[in-house]
Amino acid sequence: MTGSPIDKIADKTPMRVARNIKGLSDRTIAWIFVAPTIFLLLAVNIFPLIWTIRLSFTDYRVNRPNRDVEWVGLRNYERILNDPDIWNTMQATAHFLIWTIVLQVLIGFTLAYLINKKFKGNDLWTTIIVFPMMLSPAVVGNFWTFLYQPQIGLFNYVVTFFTGGDPASFSMIGDVHLAPWAIVIADTWMWTPFVMLICLAGLRSIPDSIYEAAECDRASKWRQFWTITIPMALPFLMLAVLFRGIENFKMFDLVVQLTGGGPGNVTTLTSIDLKREAFEKWRTGYSSAYAVILFVTVFGLASIYVKALNKVKER
Amino acid sequence: MSNFINGLFRLRRSPWEMVASILIALGVVMLMQPFVLGVYTYSFIVTLVGTVMFIIVSHFPE
Repeated sequence: MTGSPIDKIADKTPMRVARNIKGLSDRTIAWIFVAPTIFLLLAVNIFPLIWTIRLSFTDYRVNRPNRDVEWVGLRNYERILNDPDIWNTMQATAHFLIWTIVLQVLIGFTLAYLINKKFKGNDLWTTIIVFPMMLSPAVVGNFWTFLYQPQIGLFNYVVTFFTGGDPASFSMIGDVHLAPWAIVIADTWMWTPFVMLICLAGLRSIPDSIYEAAECDRASKWRQFWTITIPMALPFLMLAVLFRGIENFKMFDLVVQLTGGGPGNVTTLTSIDLKREAFEKWRTGYSSAYAVILFVTVFGLASIYVKALNKVKER
Repeated sequence: MSNFINGLFRLRRSPWEMVASILIALGVVMLMQPFVLGVYTYSFIVTLVGTVMFIIVSHFPE
């Protein structure tokens, strides 16, 4: 017997309990440690998913819990997939998704490429650029609402400074043609720094020796960019697209704060529409079917994307 | 092309994953295209078949 606290506690443990613990295999001990996590995962992720799938085949309404729930089969899915309004919502989401990803990747990669060059004040510029990403989406939404004000907003003044005309002649949030672009611009402003950081990590992981070898072979800067920089930063770029794609498919807070889905329904993205169906119209079964459709779409896209990412990494 | 078809017959992972990926991508395009409502109607079933197929064929031998 030694004098350490652990040994003292061990000595005080009743023999019956001590023998039981000693009899446990490594595998059992591992299961004991992992079991709480698995239980939590099942309770918080898997069970709600299965429950949602079950509800999607019913006409359940959560605001009428005592009403008889009728099994409606595929009727909810049929309605959603024949509804022109939801189809329009999907198109609004596609517009938002495609343009935010294109702009964020282009601007983010360009910024990362410039920041990666050694110059004075490099760290200060990185901090300034990353600043929008640290703000809450509610703050960004309010902030851009002011910027887009036709009378006093800075955005209209900057645009008309270059194009001429009256700043009050257009409203980014109030115009059905401009509102989809208003949310794209705000999201791009907020999340481009995130893409930049991922691209910067990719660019900094490229060893200088590869560029030195290319210099020895008299490769031009342009050729170095296309044959070294882009291929080696591609997995990071793809990762950024995956993260932003999934996040923007679920975009809710920023758009609600900025336009509330309007004017009309032109900026009503799928998550906003889903929230209205579930918690304003209280059509729980219907909205569950809607959620399942969105889940399968994101899951399918993420699957092929992860496969593509692995292929690029193997090269 | 013949490798691809042989792979399909011999239940190999790569060609089947390719088929599943094409189905998923096609389903998503059908879901978000702005042209024909009828195409949108069948988008979910195409995506679902592709996704389930992807999960199954990713366990096929390489």
